[in-house]
Amino acid sequence: MLEVERLSVRYGAVQALHEVSLSIEEGAIVTLIGSNGAGKSTTLRAISGLLRPAGGTIRYCGERIDRLPAHAIVGRGLSQVPEGRMVFANLSVRENLQMGAYLQRDRALVQRELERVFSLFPRLQEREQQVAGTLSGGEQQMLAIGRALMSRPKFLMMDEPSLGIAPLLVATIFEKIVEINRSHGITVLLVEQNANLALDISSHGYVLETGRVILHDRSAALRADERVRSAYLGA
Amino acid sequence: MTEFLQQLVNGLALGAVYALIALGYTMVYGVLRFINFAHSEVFMAGAFAGYFLARLIPTGSVVGGLLVLAGAMLICALLGVLIEKLAYRPLRGRSTLTALITAIGVSLLLQNLGQRIFGPNPRSFPVLFPLHYFHLGGVVLSSAQLILFAVTAVLLLGLRHVVMKTRIGTAMRALSFNPVAASLVGINNDRVISFTFALGSALAAAGGILYASSYPSIDPLMGTLPGLKAFVAAVLGGIGNIPGAALGGVVLGLVETLVVALGGSTYRDAVAFAVLILILLFRPNGLLGRLQTEKV
Repeated sequence: MLEVERLSVRYGAVQALHEVSLSIEEGAIVTLIGSNGAGKSTTLRAISGLLRPAGGTIRYCGERIDRLPAHAIVGRGLSQVPEGRMVFANLSVRENLQMGAYLQRDRALVQRELERVFSLFPRLQEREQQVAGTLSGGEQQMLAIGRALMSRPKFLMMDEPSLGIAPLLVATIFEKIVEINRSHGITVLLVEQNANLALDISSHGYVLETGRVILHDRSAALRADERVRSAYLGA
Repeated sequence: MTEFLQQLVNGLALGAVYALIALGYTMVYGVLRFINFAHSEVFMAGAFAGYFLARLIPTGSVVGGLLVLAGAMLICALLGVLIEKLAYRPLRGRSTLTALITAIGVSLLLQNLGQRIFGPNPRSFPVLFPLHYFHLGGVVLSSAQLILFAVTAVLLLGLRHVVMKTRIGTAMRALSFNPVAASLVGINNDRVISFTFALGSALAAAGGILYASSYPSIDPLMGTLPGLKAFVAAVLGGIGNIPGAALGGVVLGLVETLVVALGGSTYRDAVAFAVLILILLFRPNGLLGRLQTEKV
């Protein structure tokens, strides 16, 4: 479904990604693990069209998307829950969700999607009219995920969904990620510092170090790998 | 007392014009985080557009006057979009200082272009609306003022509706909060920015026509002072805050008029800048602005 080939990204003189290649099959949950600054977020930002790659290609369902503007990539069915959630704090919960469906002109379809998000996160329905800036961190994360789902993506990228969230809520968020994948049939690319959790719910994983893919395998195999265990699983 | 009420009416009329111009400054600041100093010249262009349209459209009736108004607003909306496309869009992603300096350059360019095309001499602005005077217990209200109040009220309510209730208005608010998140939900930021310039410029054109109807002499440099004062009004209300810009305009118009009425007419133009200094010293976020705090 998504083929990233030899992707390189530079920030000025600094090269953040060195020929990163990923291959993600439809219906999977795939995770990208690595320490701070390894290039995980950069990879997602490049796929979303927020950064122009210095080299390499990104193909989605066979089509090259690495030259498209970010808003056009959303239109193709790739959506991202960005790091730090980035909810529109000045808009109400409902308006945030409506903005998620910005490209959808069919009101009935937007309404149906809204109900689907509310049934996934009932808390959001309770806070529908509330200004998003007043939500707790966990609720903002739900809103960010709900907003990304409103565009009816086929491919969803999530950047650190557990960051800064109460431990109790982290489990809930991860259950919802699995549910989104299973029952909505959405392919998920998950970036996560909490490698334990990420390898638990994913089928495949890539390990990034200083902008390079150093390992990729089935998640179960990565869990057993000595290097992964000592560096990322604290074992 | 009558004198005070009369000055209050005059001050409100002036304030309404400042408010219309200030909205453009504050909306553009909201989406691009810089002050579009060329906005004063869009105000001037609005007055000139009205001047020339009045030769094509029979004026002197309310309908004719409104048609001229609408035409000038449309012309300036296009001018605003053009300015953004040619001058500011190529600089996207550069520092806002670059955009700010460019804005001053565009402002000077349009002033000189105006002098080249229209000549530097003042022209007398035609009477667009039927002229009547109404006496309300000693206070004199002109039909021009009544129309000014009505048009401003309609435009402000319309703007409120667009910004708060429509898809593109919500996108404007989303973009002003976080442009990256906006593009991640599929908003075409460039298009929303164009729309913002169109909206702000149309309001400035309305301000230009209404201003010229009250002070019926126009010239290519007429935008400078009202433009600067409207900028002060936007800062007074809290830059980036839409209701704030409207409030700031009205407050500034009232203060300026009352200072003049109290015998300080020499200081007419100094008032706005004294207000600017005070607001920057004591309440830099403006009357309605507040520092955005975001939960992380």
